[in-house]
Amino acid sequence: MGRRVLLVEDEINIFEAISFLLSRDGWEVSGHGNGATALDEIARLDPDVLVLDVMLPGRSGLDILRDLRKQPETSDLPVLMLTAKGQSKDRDLALALGANAYLTKPFSNSEMVETLNRVATGGQKAGT
Amino acid sequence: MLSLDGLVAICVVYVVALFGIAFLAEKKATEGSARWLNSPFVYTLSLSIYTTAWTFYGAVGSAARSGLEFMTIYLGPTLVFIGWFWLLRKMVRIGRAQRITSIADMISSRYGKSGALAALVTVLAVIGTTPYVALQLQSVTLSFSVFADPGEFAALGTDTTAVWVAGGLALFTIIFGTRSLDVNERHPGLVSAIALEAIVKLAALLAVGVFVVWGVAEGPEDILARIDESPISEWTSNGARWVGLTTLSAAAILCLPRMFQVLVVENANEGHLATASWAFPLYLLLMSLFVLPIAVVGLQVLPEGANPDLYVLTLPLAFDQDMLALLVFLGGFSSATSMVIVAALALSTMLSNHIIVPIWLWVTKGEDPMSGDMRRVALMARRLSIIGVLFLGLIYYRSSGGSAALASIGLIAFLGVSQVLPALLGGIFWRGATRAGALAGIAAGFAIWAWVLLMPNAATSGLMQGTLEHGPFGIGWLRPSTPLGIRGADPLLTAMVLSLGINTFLFTFVSLITFPSPMERLQGAQFVNVFDHSAPTPGWQGGAAAADDLLIMAQRILGTGRAGRLFQQAAAAQGRAASLPDPNPDFLKMLERELAGSVGAATAHAMVYQITGGATVSVRDLLAVADETAQMMEYSSQLERQSSELTRTAARLREANQKLTELAEQKDTFLSQISHELRTPMTSIRAFSELLMQGEGLEDETRQKFSRIIHTESMRLTRLLDDLLDLSVLEHGRVTLNESPVTLAEVLDKAEAATGVMESGGRIRIVRDRETEQIDLLTDGDRLAQVFINLISNAQKYCDAEEPELRIRVQRQPGRVDVEFSDNGSGIPTRQQSLIFEKFTRLETTRDAQGAGLGLAISREIMQRLGGRLSYVPGQGGAAFRVRLPGRALRAA
Repeated sequence: MGRRVLLVEDEINIFEAISFLLSRDGWEVSGHGNGATALDEIARLDPDVLVLDVMLPGRSGLDILRDLRKQPETSDLPVLMLTAKGQSKDRDLALALGANAYLTKPFSNSEMVETLNRVATGGQKAGT
Repeated sequence: MLSLDGLVAICVVYVVALFGIAFLAEKKATEGSARWLNSPFVYTLSLSIYTTAWTFYGAVGSAARSGLEFMTIYLGPTLVFIGWFWLLRKMVRIGRAQRITSIADMISSRYGKSGALAALVTVLAVIGTTPYVALQLQSVTLSFSVFADPGEFAALGTDTTAVWVAGGLALFTIIFGTRSLDVNERHPGLVSAIALEAIVKLAALLAVGVFVVWGVAEGPEDILARIDESPISEWTSNGARWVGLTTLSAAAILCLPRMFQVLVVENANEGHLATASWAFPLYLLLMSLFVLPIAVVGLQVLPEGANPDLYVLTLPLAFDQDMLALLVFLGGFSSATSMVIVAALALSTMLSNHIIVPIWLWVTKGEDPMSGDMRRVALMARRLSIIGVLFLGLIYYRSSGGSAALASIGLIAFLGVSQVLPALLGGIFWRGATRAGALAGIAAGFAIWAWVLLMPNAATSGLMQGTLEHGPFGIGWLRPSTPLGIRGADPLLTAMVLSLGINTFLFTFVSLITFPSPMERLQGAQFVNVFDHSAPTPGWQGGAAAADDLLIMAQRILGTGRAGRLFQQAAAAQGRAASLPDPNPDFLKMLERELAGSVGAATAHAMVYQITGGATVSVRDLLAVADETAQMMEYSSQLERQSSELTRTAARLREANQKLTELAEQKDTFLSQISHELRTPMTSIRAFSELLMQGEGLEDETRQKFSRIIHTESMRLTRLLDDLLDLSVLEHGRVTLNESPVTLAEVLDKAEAATGVMESGGRIRIVRDRETEQIDLLTDGDRLAQVFINLISNAQKYCDAEEPELRIRVQRQPGRVDVEFSDNGSGIPTRQQSLIFEKFTRLETTRDAQGAGLGLAISREIMQRLGGRLSYVPGQGGAAFRVRLPGRALRAA
């Protein structure tokens, strides 16, 4: 099982933090900051797990997720959604669109690492 | 010959007999049981008042003097009744529909109930009728003088006789014409008496005719032979005069006040006209049948110098046929009395309604016209008017000395009243006819007639003589004898063409150049289109029919049950077995009260009286109805207003609700945005602080890096909170501006310093022209600097040129200053230009912008508070913003 994760997040400091955490946990981390070109980047890198922010410049993370689920190559790509909008309807929407897990910012570091590992191993969908 | 006493006695007996008939008829009429009263023949006979003593005696005289010309007087009405039946029908229909009481009322009603017009026509009618009344007095007096013992008559004198006759006629008219004011102006008693008189005069003339043809001459052939021998046969008829006189008499039968009275006002049933249209011409034919034989025989038998106007009477006397002569005398007496009575009645109605009562109302300032007091006044006015009319006739008779030939006075009177004709016909057939036109036409025609025809015949006193002979102020062509310098023409025809011609012209012309008032338009339509909206009058069954109609109306308003009970109770109270009460005044008053509860007092009054024909619906009644209607309309329009107000309120509520919903959504969006803006730095802070807390195995360098990130993100949080507070204060207008004198250059310097561009030499180069910046301002320098700082830092953040440069240009315009900030970057995409001033908007092209996207929103709010504005200037290459400072921020240098 691969340990390559693609982190689509436009906030440079958040990217830094998650990247540090996951690297330390043994993940091979790549990053991308633009929603509009995210799909191409995913296709190019073909990661094992995707961490996807909702509020992205250029294109919303939810739209990207919808397209991912339509494409056969990525329809079962494990996806962990991140959002800073704390409303439950956003989470419901993300899960309905096929996100495997969902985290609301700010999250604790352990939460992040555990959730990603669960998502990567095809564990049950969960989120907080 | 009879003794004068005997003759007077016979007259008195005759008159008493007429009284009897009249009383009986009135009684039967109120009981509603006199069928014969409702006969079309009684109506037709009542029309015979057209043939007055003038025709009775004067036709023979006219035939003796002018041959067949007398026929024209019969021809005109015959033509009208046969050929213009539809015109009469229209007049009658209008009369009934509009409750017309007289010719003056008809004209004034048509022209918007004009009081002035009614008064004018009344005056004209009085003046036109006075010679006619005089004529009747003269003929009765003459017949007395011929019939009675000469000695006795001389002792009494013609003048005294005339006074007595006038007095008697006045009394009769007052008794039957003004017994009550129960005025649909119909007088069944009077009409029956007149019908009887019509029979008497026809019988008398026919009797004399038969006597002359078969008693004096030897049958029709002999008479025809005698006519051939007589000078009458040599008379050549004057065509113009024939046409003129026929036209005149045709006009007269429509316009004479007394003819209008019997023809229209006393008409009980429109259907009677159909009978009258052939029966009346037949009556006229019979009246004229023996005129020529009598004239011819009179000329041959009676001594020369005998008055041909009295041949009818003197012929039987000459053959000692006293009884026949007495019949003739009574015939003449009948002709005179019936005409005078109806004329006096008609004129008194006009005088009282259009002159005396209006003046009374004006003097007493509008008493209720239906009050008892007012009714007494109206009755008294009528009685006085009757006396006045007869008195005028008497005066005219005495002043004209009874000299003029009867026929000529009659024709003068005809032309006088005919002045109404253009306005009458125009009013019935032409909606464009106006009151001004009618007034102008009638007044002009009347004046011409009075001057050219009436004055020369009436004025015998020396006072007027000079003026009449030489013209007023010596102007020859104004002389009545030669109007407009016309000489040698027939004066009657000249006067007729002049007066009626100018009358018609003025009526038409003035009508065309004036506009009818709304009331006139309304009435005009009612008159011209009378057949469109009125039913023919039903047969007048007296009280029963009225009660029937009242019941039907009451049922409509009160409901069948209530109306039925009401009428039954009333009938029982009156002691009547039938279910319908007699519509007497008490009952009507009660009914009115009941109806008033439902439809308002004025409307109830008008409705009840429309049916009972108890009174014309006066303008005052109509106004009262209009008032009620207006109140109802106002009430309903209030309801309408309230309901439309409700609709508006509902709409406003919907709008407000929608706005609230929108605001709630905006609030949700705003909260979610704030949440995002807060959570983003918090995420970094939490992640890095947790890493630091676990601490082990971190190098110092990493540790420091994490701390710096935490610090930066904390600062970002603080800035965000500051901005939010700032924006909230600005948006809610609670901001205090500290206005002080500054120069634009100082503010720009401050902003430049704050953004740190100057010290560092910076990422971006700022190009300014200090010369143009020396502008004195009175404004809040800190706030303005905040705007400039925002613009400069935006340029720092977003300008993507290789060598970024921000150019600040100051342009002084009249009344304002524009400060433009333009960089040399790629600018803002068009589709985002409209969004940049919204809260939390950041350009998508940047990845790591540190602002919360509130800067431009805040700057725009600030500029609004300062009275200026901040706008994006598209099409400049790079991003360009314009700060506009208002005139009031400029300090006078």
